[in-house]
Amino acid sequence: MIVVEDVRFSYPGGVEALKGVSLTVKNGEFVAIMGQNGAGKTTLVKHFNGLLKPTSGVVRVNGVETSRSSVAALARNVGFVFQNPDHQLFCETVDDEIAFALKNFGYEQTVIEKRITWAVNLLGLSQYRKTSPFMLSGGERKRVALASVLAWDPQILVLDEPTIGQDHRQKENLRQFIMQLQTQGKTIVMVTHDVEFVAECNPRVVLMREGKIMADGQGKQILTNSELLEQASIVLPQVAQIFKHLITQGFPLNIIDIYEAKNLLMEKLEKNKT
Amino acid sequence: MPIIETKNLSYTYPSASRPSIQDISIKVEKGEFVLITGPSGCGKTTLCRTFNGLIPHFYQGELKGEITVAGKNAAKQPTMEMAKHVGMVFQNPENQLFALSVEKDVAFGLENLGFDRKEMRERVNWALKLTGIYDLRERSPHEMSGGQQQRVAIAAVLAMQPEIIVLDEPTSFLDPLSAEKIFEVIYDLNQKLGLTVVLVEHRLDLTAKYANHIIIMDEGKICFDGKPREVLSKQETRLIGVGIPKATLLYEMLKKEGAKLGNTTPLCSKELADMVQEALK
Amino acid sequence: MSVFDGLKFRKVYSPIHNLDPRMKFIYVIIIFAVAIIFNTIIPLLTLFLMQVPFVMLARVQKQWLRSLRGAMFLASFIFFINIATNFFTQGYTLNAKNIEDAATMTTRFLVLVESFSVFFLTTSPDHLGLALEQTKVPYEFSFAFTTAVRFVPVLAEEAQTIMDAQKARGLELEKGNFLKRIRNYVPVLIPLIVSAIRRSLELAEAMEARAWGATKKRTNLYALKFNKGDYVLLALTTGVLIVAVYTVLYVPVPTIRALLGVP
Repeated sequence: MIVVEDVRFSYPGGVEALKGVSLTVKNGEFVAIMGQNGAGKTTLVKHFNGLLKPTSGVVRVNGVETSRSSVAALARNVGFVFQNPDHQLFCETVDDEIAFALKNFGYEQTVIEKRITWAVNLLGLSQYRKTSPFMLSGGERKRVALASVLAWDPQILVLDEPTIGQDHRQKENLRQFIMQLQTQGKTIVMVTHDVEFVAECNPRVVLMREGKIMADGQGKQILTNSELLEQASIVLPQVAQIFKHLITQGFPLNIIDIYEAKNLLMEKLEKNKT
Repeated sequence: MPIIETKNLSYTYPSASRPSIQDISIKVEKGEFVLITGPSGCGKTTLCRTFNGLIPHFYQGELKGEITVAGKNAAKQPTMEMAKHVGMVFQNPENQLFALSVEKDVAFGLENLGFDRKEMRERVNWALKLTGIYDLRERSPHEMSGGQQQRVAIAAVLAMQPEIIVLDEPTSFLDPLSAEKIFEVIYDLNQKLGLTVVLVEHRLDLTAKYANHIIIMDEGKICFDGKPREVLSKQETRLIGVGIPKATLLYEMLKKEGAKLGNTTPLCSKELADMVQEALK
Repeated sequence: MSVFDGLKFRKVYSPIHNLDPRMKFIYVIIIFAVAIIFNTIIPLLTLFLMQVPFVMLARVQKQWLRSLRGAMFLASFIFFINIATNFFTQGYTLNAKNIEDAATMTTRFLVLVESFSVFFLTTSPDHLGLALEQTKVPYEFSFAFTTAVRFVPVLAEEAQTIMDAQKARGLELEKGNFLKRIRNYVPVLIPLIVSAIRRSLELAEAMEARAWGATKKRTNLYALKFNKGDYVLLALTTGVLIVAVYTVLYVPVPTIRALLGVP
């Protein structure tokens, strides 16, 4: 569980990136943090594993105050996958890459072996175990980065812009993978501005703007509120756009799922026929 | 005469064991807005690099087949010659700006071509105004957002007044709103100047409505080549994992269940909404 | 990060910033020369104080003071080394002359620091690159210079991100003995180098696409030219040089200890 209480944070240069943020993420929740670039999304999640410590206010992860703990200690519970896999890959083989964190956390060699096998199978990388990560494609490197974090099985997973540069199929695989992790009870926090991806996942959405949280609720509610989204410089998901254009026809206003949309439209069109 | 024409074009990178593009034959007419899409690694970036001669000149490797761009043999002409005809905008805005101020960056190509100062100044201002960044001309690139940086990159190729502008996933690092603004700038250039646009993009939901020609690639080959409404309504496009617009998808789903809707495949939300309105009248 | 903040030059408009960098460079060289020909503290102090109005005019007092503070360590080092050498070579006595000589050396050093910092604090890297270009330095060099300035902050930011990414995987940079600590940086350095190489390839590609090297005679959007201010500075600097040479040749400059009557 992550508890953020009235956190303010200023960068050394003097820019105040968080201006009083309070947020609770319960175990097993799936949260998307959205907002414009510079809204403070990444700054906020960097507090979850202690990469940043609040200037004032408190962040507690599973009851531990982050300002009293080290990143290494916090990271065992909070896995953080960065946007660009090339910012972390450095080993000669995929195996070594995955073993890196496990060694840092002091696991025994036999355990490390088991964990690597588990992680490469989970992400479909087993044929690349002895390959250099630098020889892999962009999508595969992203999966190696994810595997190297999942290997120590953290309870909380933070994903920073996981869909950037990914094609449709890769996004779909990622979505299914996140759903799978969710059924295992993992807490997932995702920073993103990919509205379509969020609309497909329908998680809890936290909307940020200028260092503050401006809205917090279920994806269906937040992503169909065009006024709110406009203030956060986010566009409506396509399905919601369709219903916005059809506002005079009396459809419900919280539709983001394509199947739900199809059923509603079908019903209306059928009714109209008779 | 098409402005870009390739015949049986194949290319293999120097250290690669198999070709990245194979047997590509396409025609792009002057003034078209072409969208090239397909899953990652399908060869779309490679294809674009042949348009201004980066392939084979910069990347070496083995290029087979014919390619004519703006009446020139792009495989023979050096890139610096092709650069006058083909402007290229890359994915990462950060790595294509060299100068310490916006206007200096926009002038970079013209300086290389040896333009005199007066004409250079005129062209720079013209390009800055067209892309809506004239007020930012004295800024340094690291004081700008990704969207603004990408507009600088567009202005910089525009200043060289090419006939074709090729953009390789120009918005993949941007948020949807900035992305939309970039696409509008590009569309505007296409409409106002009659500039031929080749746009490589995953996000069809944002771009399909602008295009009048779409090329879908997979595993180094062309799968579909034609008008967006025709290509995107094909069932097979879904199979190769192209993220077709939700409105198009929804339309297909409704049609399948026997809904009475018009017969032009919609490419964006507004078009589908209008069709539904029409049907409900 | 603060080291790199200095390189994020922001445009400031002041009479000094607008001067031609070439003129400012001449000024630095002349101050340099004058500081060397004097061996007494009074002219050197004059030289030091003379430049203060410059700093005020350019409104860079804060940064200027910071750079002087940065030079303080080296300055005190110079002072004590001078005293020590004199002490050991001149019969183990510490007198007013020794102290004054050491102070003279130190002041000279500070004059140099001062004029260089005025130059760098008031000259945008852009201008400097331009000056290099227009003084017939091959364009490749001035391009390399401006590109370096452009990318240092970008790489610094990237290094920070990489450190964060590896710390998030349990890397503890400050752990272990000296050798271990150096080894701790391998997971940071490799991605940084790989990314820098990738970046430079992308840059090269973008340069090609914008007709890099298309003509031998490359032109420039900006032109540097001498304005009124530059002529004023030229006159001032020449004046200083003439007065300095004249003083050295014909005017006996007293030492402070002579003025105070100390042996």
